[in-house]
Amino acid sequence: MLVYLLRRIGLAVITCVFISILTFIIIRLPPGDFVDAYIASLAASGSTVSLEQADAMRRDYGLDQPLPMQYLRWVGRVLEGDFGVSMVWRRPVAEVIGDRLWLTMLVSLAALFLTWAIALPIGIYSAVRQYSIADYIFTTLGFIGLAVPNFLLALILMYVGFRYLGLNVGGLFSTEYVQASWSWGRAWDLAKHLPLPAAVLALAGTAQLIRIMRANLLDELRKPYVVTARAKGLSEARAILKYPVRAALNPFASSIAYLFPYLVSGSIIVSLVLGLPTVGPLLLQALVAQDMFLAGAIVLLLGIMTVIGTLISDLLLTWIDPRIRLGGR
Amino acid sequence: MAEPSALSIRDLAVQFRNEQGVIRALDGVSFDLRAGQTLGIVGESGCGKSVTARSILRLIDRPGRITGGQILLDPAGPQAIDLTALDPDSRQMQQVRGGRIGLIFQEPMTALSVHYTVGNQIIEAIRQHRDLSKADAKAQAIALLGEVGIPHPQRRIDAYPFELSGGLRQRVGIAMALAGNPDIVIADEPTTALDVTTQAQILGLLQRLQREKGIALMLITHDMGVIAEMADEVAVMYLGRIVETAPVERLFAAPRHPYTRALLRAVPSILATPRQRLSTIGGAVPHPGLRPTGCSFHPRCTEMLGERCRREIPASVPLGVSGGASCFLPGASE
Repeated sequence: MLVYLLRRIGLAVITCVFISILTFIIIRLPPGDFVDAYIASLAASGSTVSLEQADAMRRDYGLDQPLPMQYLRWVGRVLEGDFGVSMVWRRPVAEVIGDRLWLTMLVSLAALFLTWAIALPIGIYSAVRQYSIADYIFTTLGFIGLAVPNFLLALILMYVGFRYLGLNVGGLFSTEYVQASWSWGRAWDLAKHLPLPAAVLALAGTAQLIRIMRANLLDELRKPYVVTARAKGLSEARAILKYPVRAALNPFASSIAYLFPYLVSGSIIVSLVLGLPTVGPLLLQALVAQDMFLAGAIVLLLGIMTVIGTLISDLLLTWIDPRIRLGGR
Repeated sequence: MAEPSALSIRDLAVQFRNEQGVIRALDGVSFDLRAGQTLGIVGESGCGKSVTARSILRLIDRPGRITGGQILLDPAGPQAIDLTALDPDSRQMQQVRGGRIGLIFQEPMTALSVHYTVGNQIIEAIRQHRDLSKADAKAQAIALLGEVGIPHPQRRIDAYPFELSGGLRQRVGIAMALAGNPDIVIADEPTTALDVTTQAQILGLLQRLQREKGIALMLITHDMGVIAEMADEVAVMYLGRIVETAPVERLFAAPRHPYTRALLRAVPSILATPRQRLSTIGGAVPHPGLRPTGCSFHPRCTEMLGERCRREIPASVPLGVSGGASCFLPGASE
């Protein structure tokens, strides 16, 4: 078990190193370097930088050194939490992402829990009562949920919420709280704004997980150990929840792996439509504006989140499935 | 031989309904399982042996359904229960499962959940039927594992099923079936998935436990050797019907139904001359949805009497200790 754990963590670290190299390459991809871009952006706003100043800046940022050295310096700074300066925002990248990162994670976690809370029971019900009327209804709704684009749903919900319910839709805060510092009032305001984006973001995932849960559980329900459990005299609910549902949980644990980066980026289009101050739109802006330090930081974060997500889901799987845990024994 | 009946099946009919029509998996099955005795149920695959076992515990999956007959628990006693009249999800039925009737499975690999330890799964069965604390139930489970011949039960109780060999797993399966102290045990091909030496050990174990605990054992198999070894009485099934019942000596000495004779001829013999061809039963078991008219065995029967077998269904096997055969041949029903 310990060996397994160490090997997993070791592999995760190696993967992160490769991700950082790729990110560095992405940052360096555009012609010229940061200083060129900086000078260009200064020139656009009317001021100029002398050649000596530019050279001094290059020395400061280590841009006169060979690429491997530059990479090492960059990694060193990243490890200290310094992601460089966003050219568009003229502020350190960490500061630009900062608050948005927490809000994104909050929205996405809310969506994730909503997904599970809805998908698990419905998936179980649909499998146990296969071909019942309720199963058909859920299946139909599920397919609609899969087919409707999220942003369309967001638009419809916003329209309905605004037109008929008089809700304050869009964004995560009411106007008076957008720039305010944290207080109970601001938190409550956030809680009131959270359900709509969470529901929109949860929709597609829920539909998908219902299908996965139903299919998996249907497979498991036919296995002999379910009959064993019933033949012991367990009640139907207990027999199903303890045995086949446990076995069918594997994909739920696996889904964490790909949901984790999603936690950071959020859904870009939905965030744009709903005006959410999350990382998603930021990444889009950074890419459009070739703001490479900002884009690189976000890409790096996404990559590392994927690795961490995979690690967590691997650990969860070892907890759920003793065959993995004891495989090497 | 006149022990009271622990379980009486009367005219049990089970049907599976699907788009293609109705399949009569069981078509009027009647037999008695006597207390403390072993009843062997033998037949080819697909003749309804396992469906019989599952209907007794009311565990047939949809679209299967009991459409007629009775399953009487303690038929001679003052409180006979007809299991067909119970709701399969009722409390009473849950108490019968495991508490009165234990089930041992064919596949020890898949019949245990890989997600829980052996101990967890046995303790759960014990506590389902007896009001014991966790610690007491664990002590019971360890005792039970020892009883079914598992070495180092204190250690093995924390093992996962996939860490055990097939033979040990089947012993765990037996321990689990016995956890609720049932007086009836149904063993559905308990040795089919095991290798020959392990088979002999498991059969020996079943025999010993049956004698010690006075269990009425219903042993489902397609292996005539197992029947000869284990059974007191035998019921031969073909296409959802019982075609012959007999005390085991009588069945081997003087089989009355042509199907029984054919099954016995198909047993490989150590006395066979070299290169002698093994006798087989011509054709295959028809799909239960395509049941032949008349006696359902007539297309494969070597002793067919002619038109009568094609038209009429022979009378069911008479109940009673000496048994009989469901056949038109003279002397078959004596």
